[in-house]
Amino acid sequence: MTQASATQPIEAPAGAVLLEVRGLSLDFGSSRGRVRALRDVSVSVPRGRIVGVVGESGCGKSTLAFAIIRLLAENAMITAGEVRLEGRDLLTLTPRQMRDIRGRRVSMIFQDPMTSLNRVLSVGQHMIDIQYRDKISQADKRRRAAEALTRVGIADAESRLRDFPHQFSGGMRQRICIAMALLVEPALLLADEPTTALDATMEVQIVGLLKALQGELGCSILFVSHHLGTVAELCDDVVVMYAGEVVERGSVRDIFKRPGHPYTQALLECDPGRIHEKTRHLPTIPGSLPDLVEVPQGCIFKDRCPHAFERCQRERPPHYPVAEGHTASCHLLDETRGNHS
Amino acid sequence: MWFYLARRLLLAVAIVMLAVTLLFVMIHAVPGDPAAVILGPRATPEQIAQIHEKMGLDDPLPLQIVNFFVDVTRGDMGTDVFTQRPVSQIVLGQMPYTITLILSAITWATLVGIPLGCYSAIRRNSLIDKFVGVISVSAIAIPSFVMAIYALLIFAVWLGWLPAIGAGGDGFWDTLSHLILPAFAVGVGWVGYIARIVRASMLEVLGETHIRMARAFGLPERRIVFRYALTLAILPTVTVLGVGMAHLLSAAVFAEVVFARPGLGALIVHAVDTRNYPIVMGTVLVTTALFVISTTVADLINAALDPRVREGL
Repeated sequence: MTQASATQPIEAPAGAVLLEVRGLSLDFGSSRGRVRALRDVSVSVPRGRIVGVVGESGCGKSTLAFAIIRLLAENAMITAGEVRLEGRDLLTLTPRQMRDIRGRRVSMIFQDPMTSLNRVLSVGQHMIDIQYRDKISQADKRRRAAEALTRVGIADAESRLRDFPHQFSGGMRQRICIAMALLVEPALLLADEPTTALDATMEVQIVGLLKALQGELGCSILFVSHHLGTVAELCDDVVVMYAGEVVERGSVRDIFKRPGHPYTQALLECDPGRIHEKTRHLPTIPGSLPDLVEVPQGCIFKDRCPHAFERCQRERPPHYPVAEGHTASCHLLDETRGNHS
Repeated sequence: MWFYLARRLLLAVAIVMLAVTLLFVMIHAVPGDPAAVILGPRATPEQIAQIHEKMGLDDPLPLQIVNFFVDVTRGDMGTDVFTQRPVSQIVLGQMPYTITLILSAITWATLVGIPLGCYSAIRRNSLIDKFVGVISVSAIAIPSFVMAIYALLIFAVWLGWLPAIGAGGDGFWDTLSHLILPAFAVGVGWVGYIARIVRASMLEVLGETHIRMARAFGLPERRIVFRYALTLAILPTVTVLGVGMAHLLSAAVFAEVVFARPGLGALIVHAVDTRNYPIVMGTVLVTTALFVISTTVADLINAALDPRVREGL
């Protein structure tokens, strides 16, 4: 890791905060009323680090990524909070200023590589287009594009620039997307489940590629995934989300070793990779996500929590420290600490 | 590519033959003896028999059809009953008028319809979008002959801005001024139609992930709309236009009648009126061929625009 920080081009030291999401709340308008998709979400991404956001489908992890780059659906409304990138609150920027940030300081890769490229444009056209701000010749842009393709492991890059997206496999297309995202040398890369649509072998390759390139470029990555194994493989820190709230955050090591929140514990138990005994049933978390139009009082996880007690019904748990830099929002932590003292 | 064209050509021949055969059957089913119509009420049975002999009307129907196709492959589409001129000469002489009318109608409809549809999609649910929507649907709903009659009445009769009848021909401006009203009447429904199609497919494309991706790189909105979205959204429109050629031809028939313009429409109406079957057959043959050609051209344009289609050819 020391090697990576030595080649890091960014002036600030690794560890300084690059992205700080504070108290972000977001609603989606729907026919049933406002869906409170994110509530008081705080996430911080230090420079040069990879932060994973995990949670089941519908927990708001992708919404968080889209809120950061401000590419939300039309019916989304940010009701509170701030998104500070290098100190500037992105939520206060004009659309024009925001466009300047996109593709320069922040870029993004998407879940489904089959649809994230335009089918009537060649790969080269895509890659040259995104360099539109650079005052270099077309030939230089082409050369840079070919270099980027080579770097993500696409052979014969020069001639493949002429090919169209459908001439590549899913894994290759995700490599192209990664090449594009890194071509602009962003400070922050948002990765919205980039391996979900790929098979397991591809997933391993893509994760390895992201890790290698991150080490080379020294950018930060916010990696959204529902796959704990991938997050453990790639990330430095983890944020666990449930039903639009952050329930636990800490380093990968701490969270996998000593999960503080019952939801995180349940998630870990459900990971097929961690099941060691022979069993006929895959473990699951009973119950389903709460209704986010009428957000229930108290702890958001209480209906599915095996340890829920009276206090969870009425009081929303704040984040209690589990260890240094590791917090979880569960009253149990407060109770056990109270018992000890 | 060559295989595709050969296949298309074969299909075209099949479609034309089917259309002409159907027409033969229909003419046969319509009451009234062509010979009697041509000769008038005072015809003698001998004269009628003579005409029957000449037109081959006494042959069995399948034989008539086969004879017709055999003649066509030799470039002979028959002879006009009245003037004795070759049908091919008459039909091909009228064809340029109709083609000019259709092409000008579709050109102006496309030039106006595509930007309108685009704008409606980008400013969805805005006042202008709703206004364009209402106007489009109205334009689609009004039959083109009604449009033709009112256009004639308002701009030619009341305001006197443009000539009412004929196709002109006395120089470029004369031809153009005679073309404007018919082209307007034929094309106006298409403006609405194209605007609707483009709006719908544009909205669909703008919701696709690759557009979000382009935005995530901060590409200028104008480039996203024209280069990333419109190039895709245009594809269904091209197909619809190719197939819509049949519709346009029938609209052109009305416009040619209303504006007393020469053309295939005027020709076919007159020929049906007078039971001038050789002309009817020739015109239908040519219009069917035009239709097949236009759908093929639409497919080729699509192939030029979409690399995936191109590969499939």
